[in-house]
Amino acid sequence: MRIVVDYDLCESNAICMQIAPDVFEVRDDDFLYVLNETPGEDRRAVMDEAAQRCPKQAIRVED
Amino acid sequence: MPVRDSVTIVGASLAGLRAAETLRRDGFEGRLTLIGDEPHVPYDRPPLSKQLLAGDWDVDRISLSQPERMAGLDLDLRLGQRATALDVPAHTVDIEGVAEGYDGLLIATGARCRTLPGTEGIAGVHTLRTLDDGIAIRDALRSGSRRVVVVGAGFIGAEVAATALGYGLPVTLVEALPVPMGRVLGDTVGDVVAGVHVDNGMDLRCGVGVDEVCGTDRVESVRLSDGAVVEADLVVVGIGVVPNTEWLQGSGLTVDDGVLCDETCLAAPDVTAAGDVARWPNPRYGEVMRVEHWDNAVEQGAHAARRLMLSDEEAEPFSPVPWFWSDQYDRKVQMAGRPRADDEVSVVDGSFEERRFTAIYGRDGRLTAVFGMNRPRQVMQYRGLLERGASWSEALEFARDQT
Repeated sequence: MRIVVDYDLCESNAICMQIAPDVFEVRDDDFLYVLNETPGEDRRAVMDEAAQRCPKQAIRVED
Repeated sequence: MPVRDSVTIVGASLAGLRAAETLRRDGFEGRLTLIGDEPHVPYDRPPLSKQLLAGDWDVDRISLSQPERMAGLDLDLRLGQRATALDVPAHTVDIEGVAEGYDGLLIATGARCRTLPGTEGIAGVHTLRTLDDGIAIRDALRSGSRRVVVVGAGFIGAEVAATALGYGLPVTLVEALPVPMGRVLGDTVGDVVAGVHVDNGMDLRCGVGVDEVCGTDRVESVRLSDGAVVEADLVVVGIGVVPNTEWLQGSGLTVDDGVLCDETCLAAPDVTAAGDVARWPNPRYGEVMRVEHWDNAVEQGAHAARRLMLSDEEAEPFSPVPWFWSDQYDRKVQMAGRPRADDEVSVVDGSFEERRFTAIYGRDGRLTAVFGMNRPRQVMQYRGLLERGASWSEALEFARDQT
């Protein structure tokens, strides 16, 4: 599983960070950083939720 | 768990689509019908007042789902069709006048814009809710509009006005309350939002109403309650919405400013509701509410979908902390929680002057809300506190630890 963020779409709303702070971090510069691009398979439901709740639909969960 | 062979979702926007996706993800294999009265595949509404209106994004960019993902949902997708009646005991919904059976029904018919009485038939007066509305306003802005008046400085009005300024046009933003977005933000924070508009060249008129939109065939001016007359060839009215519930008359459901549901989003046996059209008692607040925010449509769509698959004993209440964002100019504002106008407000980092700050709201010793201007990370941290039901002193302590 690979997390792909479209940074042209991302507006740093930080919803993903609240759902999975170990994977997504919005820092003081207002940019999103993906801390772990390949989370374990056991995190798939959480990653799906982060993708679905993203207001900009900027997160993709790829196989 | 109730046995379901077929689920019908009425409303093909955000809540309806997320409901359909949730059902399939949770393993529902029966017939899944999604009905929408607009001709378009489900699309995202927030860009309508921003990227689409500015002309930065084309229509295909705002789709809510990729074609292959839509196909994977195996939907009976009925676009451009309208549900006209519901018979709860008989388990039928009339689609374009033809009764169709369902085992489970999810109502996500949303809301439509309020209009200013007397403006029907005057060209150049718009509301913004649908893609077609957005295209019409964008085309008016592109094709030589010279002066714009926006009525109402709530979310839609404030965003439309900000985007219209980006076309280099003079824009007047009229708001009946003392500050923009005042009903949600309160006066202290609303005043900062007012300052941002003025900084950017907005002609902001707060505390005034609209007496008349003047013009015979085409709009020519707007007369305000303080006597001022503002010339305009484009008027956008953003004065709130009305839930789309007329089709439910005689259905047996309780309709009162939306479809009234129980704590679990159930409106009647085998019928749930979600999104702008749903009113339900949120146990977190002990208050019956209807929430028009994007995130609520996503969450409630999923919750109401799952509710259809659960027995009364299994069902759980829907108790979110409301959250929204709004983008105006280069400022991103976000709020989580449910403040009241007279809540205590404390700025916990940044400052009003630099237009970059976090403010928390409190009442009766509880943290009630957080507002951020260009502070997404902080808003989400306090949102976590809100979800835990943190006290006001806990929130202040958290703020001290951050500095």
